[in-house]
Amino acid sequence: MKAPFGNTDHGNVLLSALNLSIGYKNRNVENVLLEDLNLQVKAGELICFMGPNGIGKTTLIRTLAGLQTPLKGSVLSGPSTDSPLAKNAEKNISLVLTDRISAVNMTVDELVTYGRYPYVKWNLKLRPEDRKAIELALEQTRITHLIGKKLFELSDGQIQLVMITRALAQDTPLILLDEPTAHLDLNNRVEIMNLLRKLSRKMNKGIIVATHELDLALQTADLIWLAGKNKKILQGIPEDLVLNGSFDDIFQLKGYDLKTGKVFHEPWRDISISVTGSGYEYLWTKNALERNGFTLSDEGKRIIIDNKDGNLSWLYNHQRYSTLHELILNV
Amino acid sequence: MLFIVNISFGSVAIPIEETITMIFGGTPQNPVWKDIFVDFRLSKAFTCVLAGGALSLGGLMMQTLFRNPLAGPDVLGLSSGASLSVALLVMAAGTALPLITGPFTTAIAATLGSGMIFIIVLAVAQRIKDNTSLLLIGLMIGAAASSLVSVLQFTSRIEDQHYFLVWTFGSMGSLNWNEIAILGIVFLVGLIISLLVSKPLNAWLLGDNYAKSLGIRLQQSRTLIIICTCLLTGSVTAFCGPIAFVGLAVPHLTRLLINTTNHKLLIPGVVIAGGAIMLLCDTVAQLPGSSYVLPINAVTSLIGAPVVIWVIVRSKKIWI
Repeated sequence: MKAPFGNTDHGNVLLSALNLSIGYKNRNVENVLLEDLNLQVKAGELICFMGPNGIGKTTLIRTLAGLQTPLKGSVLSGPSTDSPLAKNAEKNISLVLTDRISAVNMTVDELVTYGRYPYVKWNLKLRPEDRKAIELALEQTRITHLIGKKLFELSDGQIQLVMITRALAQDTPLILLDEPTAHLDLNNRVEIMNLLRKLSRKMNKGIIVATHELDLALQTADLIWLAGKNKKILQGIPEDLVLNGSFDDIFQLKGYDLKTGKVFHEPWRDISISVTGSGYEYLWTKNALERNGFTLSDEGKRIIIDNKDGNLSWLYNHQRYSTLHELILNV
Repeated sequence: MLFIVNISFGSVAIPIEETITMIFGGTPQNPVWKDIFVDFRLSKAFTCVLAGGALSLGGLMMQTLFRNPLAGPDVLGLSSGASLSVALLVMAAGTALPLITGPFTTAIAATLGSGMIFIIVLAVAQRIKDNTSLLLIGLMIGAAASSLVSVLQFTSRIEDQHYFLVWTFGSMGSLNWNEIAILGIVFLVGLIISLLVSKPLNAWLLGDNYAKSLGIRLQQSRTLIIICTCLLTGSVTAFCGPIAFVGLAVPHLTRLLINTTNHKLLIPGVVIAGGAIMLLCDTVAQLPGSSYVLPINAVTSLIGAPVVIWVIVRSKKIWI
């Protein structure tokens, strides 16, 4: 479904930014955050937009969505020949922002119904197709059981699901989300990112997520937009950007090795240990030893992982230990 | 119900049976009663319904627009503007007291005053995009007008001060049928506008950004909401004086009663509740059984404040 990166197939380009400069204008003084951006979003594509705090992620989301006018350049719906997006933004782009909804006495279905506002008249009468769109959206995010609940009864994760459902009900080819996983626990973060992944593929939507979730973004995004250097945005698939060091460059990672996905540990004990074993048991034994400052090598004293009959134990120095905790205290 | 209760009481005792006869077009035993009934009680009851409904509707729209539970129809400074121009009329031009005691003169002055403030607020609203700033500016304009009123009071004669004081108490009973017709027409126009903007009002509950992303034309809707509120509040203030409390409290009571955030339901809700509460307050102001009449503003706050406190304490929290 998705055209490979760099393909010039104009059929399914949903949005393009041409020579776009974004930022704020205050009393004729321009504060440029990002400039000369040339970006494209295609149908079915999940884009994670990353960068340090204050780099202009929210501003770009707002500018692409037409909430804010660009300092220079233009945002078009479709490829370069198309009309400005701002004209019909409400039918092209739906949003999930960081703005908190203060009207928490609202019910879930009332909130989701807002998604149909671009289509209903002043009297707010829902037509059959509006009801269908709402129903479809509720099914996609699997929150039908939340109908009738008030917003103040929901958890943060559920609120985000409802906000995404509202965006889906708006039935737009593009969805832009600003840090949808902030303040959520790991399980909810994974759920939201997986949902977005699924929606982009299944419903052929173009989705842009501004996020700080480095690990999740690397595993789910089709394309990464990386902001941070010289007011530019680097583009590429996650793996390329990891291998060419772009992430290290921009985030100035301190003690985290992106290529192995691990925090760096100092081998401060200066003791070499060798481990015999395999599978997850080997992996977590190694983790425990490294975290405690041991160096793993083929020489040195030997630890044997014994996993006979499903009874996990460790043999070291003619002693048997049933937990890693005990083992490490005695090494 | 409240309507009938309201018209049954007054400083002249009319038997309830006679009142009911008159409602259905019959003639009472004492023809004076009919005059009292039509020209005082019935007109007053109509004024209560219109004024209560109009102020509550204005309050609802301001609370939604500013997303602030403390907003009322007077946050744009309209009542203060009306007070200022009435004060000017009564106290600065106070030497000609007999000339200006007619309610219509005061009404015209109040209309001019709130109209002036309205134009200022509208001009500010076109320049300032932020609703909170607009709210603050409205409050500042109101404060400035009130302080000018204080200066006027300080420098004026006792009799004039008294006349002005009576006006600020508010009055439901001084309107003739022509004035009620004007109030009614303005109220209808306001109600229609408010129903037309119920979609933007709903969208505003999500905040400016979401409202805009749903295709709501913020500037245009905001102007309509301001015009509508000014019409409703301005007309009531002109004819009945600055009525306190109702516009702030009725929207909260209505939300607790019908428990929705949808303005399609809230608008008719506050109009009905506002009319009912105003009738209730007016009935209490008559002090049934006595020939005294309390100032309506004293009653609205005296009855209303404990009711609202009770409701809030009971339900722990209020929502917009």
